Amino acid sequence: MINPVIDIGEVVKRFESGGRTVTAIDRMSLRVEAGRITGLVGPDAAGKTTLMRLITGLLKPDAGTVRVLGFDSRRQAQDIQAAVGYMPQRFGLYEDLTVAENLDLYADLQGLSRAERKDRFAQLMDFTGLGPFRGRQAGRLSGGMKQKLGLACTLVGRPRLLLLDEPSVGVDPVSRRELWAIVHALVEEGVSVLWSTAYLDEAERCDDVLLVSEGKLLDAGPPAKFSDRLQSRTFAFAVGNTDTRTVLDGVRRFPQIIDAVIKGADVRLLLDRPADAARLGDLARALDLKEDALRPVAAGFEDAFIALLKERETTSAVPDAAPRYGGKPDSIPLPAVANGAPVIRVEGLVRQFGTFKAVDGIDFQVAQGEIFGLLGPNGAGKSTTFKMLCGLLPPTDGKALVLEIDLRRAAAKARGRIGYMAQKFSLYGNMTVSQNFRFFASIYGLAGKVRERAIEHEMEEFGLGPFADVNAADLPLGYKQRLALACAIMHQPGVLFLDEPTSGVDPLVRREFWHRINTMAVAGVTIMVTTHFMEEAEYCNRIGVIYRGRLIASGSPDRLKADHRGSERPDPTLEDVFVDLIESYDREHAL
Amino acid sequence: MRLRGLIRKETFQIVRDPSSILIGFVLPVVLLLLFGYGVSLDAKHVPVALVIENPTAETSSFAASLAGSEYFAPQAVPHRPAAERALAEGRVQAIVVLSSNFTRQLPSADGAPIQLIVNGTDANTARIISGYVDGAWQNWLEHTALDAGRALAPPVIVEQRVWFNPEVSSRNFLVPGLMAIIMTLIGTLLTALVVAREWERGTLEALMVTPVRIGEFLLGKLIPYFVLGMGGMAASTVMAVWVFGVPFRGTFLVLLLVSSLFMLAALGMGLLISTVTKNQFAAGQVAIIVAFLPAFMLSGFLFDIASMPTVVWGITHIVPARYFVSSLQTLFLAGNIWSVVATDMAALAMMAVFFLGLTRRKTRKSLE
Repeated sequence: MINPVIDIGEVVKRFESGGRTVTAIDRMSLRVEAGRITGLVGPDAAGKTTLMRLITGLLKPDAGTVRVLGFDSRRQAQDIQAAVGYMPQRFGLYEDLTVAENLDLYADLQGLSRAERKDRFAQLMDFTGLGPFRGRQAGRLSGGMKQKLGLACTLVGRPRLLLLDEPSVGVDPVSRRELWAIVHALVEEGVSVLWSTAYLDEAERCDDVLLVSEGKLLDAGPPAKFSDRLQSRTFAFAVGNTDTRTVLDGVRRFPQIIDAVIKGADVRLLLDRPADAARLGDLARALDLKEDALRPVAAGFEDAFIALLKERETTSAVPDAAPRYGGKPDSIPLPAVANGAPVIRVEGLVRQFGTFKAVDGIDFQVAQGEIFGLLGPNGAGKSTTFKMLCGLLPPTDGKALVLEIDLRRAAAKARGRIGYMAQKFSLYGNMTVSQNFRFFASIYGLAGKVRERAIEHEMEEFGLGPFADVNAADLPLGYKQRLALACAIMHQPGVLFLDEPTSGVDPLVRREFWHRINTMAVAGVTIMVTTHFMEEAEYCNRIGVIYRGRLIASGSPDRLKADHRGSERPDPTLEDVFVDLIESYDREHAL
Repeated sequence: MRLRGLIRKETFQIVRDPSSILIGFVLPVVLLLLFGYGVSLDAKHVPVALVIENPTAETSSFAASLAGSEYFAPQAVPHRPAAERALAEGRVQAIVVLSSNFTRQLPSADGAPIQLIVNGTDANTARIISGYVDGAWQNWLEHTALDAGRALAPPVIVEQRVWFNPEVSSRNFLVPGLMAIIMTLIGTLLTALVVAREWERGTLEALMVTPVRIGEFLLGKLIPYFVLGMGGMAASTVMAVWVFGVPFRGTFLVLLLVSSLFMLAALGMGLLISTVTKNQFAAGQVAIIVAFLPAFMLSGFLFDIASMPTVVWGITHIVPARYFVSSLQTLFLAGNIWSVVATDMAALAMMAVFFLGLTRRKTRKSLE
């Protein structure tokens, strides 16, 4: 086999958009070795998809050369396309065709003979576990199964090189593991794989990693090479009885610490230089922590990623504008519930669509100042539960109360005490930042001086001042995220609902976002969030796992991990817990 | 093999997609029924106010002849102001006044005058009504003269014969034209939507990174929709001839030939629209504006092309449906008039080549 399978030299790719020229790929050179899984890792808009399309010959480079399996992408695109398997981000399954018909189409397109087809299909069905669903239309498969079918379709022609563009986006952890298993088996057979991803834990599973940002290759090599550089720069504070968020807040003020996150009951730190470790003792004392609370931990790929991106100060990440909620803590309108009473109370909640129970008897409570995360595979009932809480959907049975009020019947005044940030960017793209603010302020009934003060405050708080007259659609992604949150909280709600607030946002923006959420929780705001990022689940006080319309587990991340500690897995990750929970539920409820 | 796979895929999609069924089958049937039975450009049973100021034997004879005609539904009104009110309120479409000296003047050399007032809001209908009343009047005069045993001697006698559509039924004229509309729906609107859908859903990106060639991809779209469109054409012909009783005087082979050429032009337009817009909503809008509406209004299906203003008349020449409507009306009502049909076919062939060629040039195995 030709090695390297992909050889890219000094490639430049520009796009015209709205009269401006955007350089998507900026003099990039890289090689992908044969017979390995190479991860293409980078924040959103780093140029990953453009690079994939350049490799397939769907785009032609403006300068430089792209050689794939020895073919030149400018002159021999047809040869490349006959030899590679490409799975775009939204794989084009024909939704009204069945599993078998989709496979047949790709077999026809790849020129597979009748005889070959039978064996290959049997093998692929076996591989993907789609055998029982051959006759089902692709549109009726779950997200994970669709992705596996997409993979099967690209594999029909036995490609030598497999290009996967973010194959695990929107796929639950169980299906994600199955995808990895399939790809590992392919590599055993000698297939080379380029896997693009925004999940940093996936990068760690690759043999090689290409780290890209803003159209440039930042670094390349095995994942260990990245984390090795950070030796003696990663530590963790075992927080003990102190509140993790208070510690996090203190740690963030320490200039030598370039990154800090909550990991269960620990606060994890990344130092600028190993020498700074000497000063951590002072920090522990300043935060009223015992000195033995500090321990060194192994660096991971994520640390390396953050370190590299922070060094470069990418534009999507925004300088920390020390967020404060409402200026001073006492300005927060605390919910009118008796002390200790739950702010959110869900009892025996049921929602039926026809004969299908989307939510099937869910109970939970959220206390004031808590961050409660709802986790679950796509279609498990997360969003339905959420909509019932926000009063957007009437429950079939049971109660969903916020501040002891049923929001569906509540007056506008009660709704004025909650904030809601929808899954999709729900601002008006063709209105400027200040117009968006004005609109949302009027919706929440703010007027006159109160409104002007609130807008001024949010502008300053979120560092949006320089963008006041920019259309929301033209904002950098990180700022869009800020604007969406700012609009959701400008009326200073006591309860905040966030529906997958960080999907499609890169890790740096995600961190900044969570920093703000934490600050609000410390100030006493109750926050409920849905997410499919396991690392985000770690930031919550408590999480509830929803599956098939039921709450199959709930508790603090550490409690759940402790419950699933086993002899073969002494230190399970939240993803392990999640997969465990779902698999054992399926076993118990097997038909 | 690749082409076969694409065609089979497309066929499954057409059969399973409710919107294809809707545009391909339900809409044509609804349109045919609507235009076949409902919409008519003929004026029949027109409500007319009849004012007889001085009733005599002659006036009641004329009134009876009006009532006996299928074109009129006369209502006797006592005097002029009442009739005018009825006209203003839209209860009648016209007023016929037989003045008090009607019977006296009838035998005189100048003849007796009758007054006709027509609601001119809809100019077309007004003209038709006025013509009908004229005809009815002449008719009655002739009959009265015959009965009286003396010949009426007008200076010129107009002997009318209507060719091609002797019963002057607008259905015979509308239904063939309607087939052009149906073919435009299937050929342009449906095709534009389905290809744009592939762009929108991202199915095309995966398809492009296979050994498939652009020609194969385009043929894979053309063939199934061509078959669907011709099926719609056949169904419409059957309905036209056997359900609506529209005469068919040409030959089916020529009809097949003209339809195929039009279908190719329509498909070419549909493919081009979707290739350029790459978005279902935009494709639908564009298809309706550049194909469906012109086919409706500028093809001669409803409105006479010859009487359009020069600029609009000029524009009709780039509307494929115009040539098809002209051929259809000729084939159904007149027969194989080669001078008409051959010109139309040449124009359609040119358009088909133009649109398909442009589509082929515009479609690339590339996302740029």
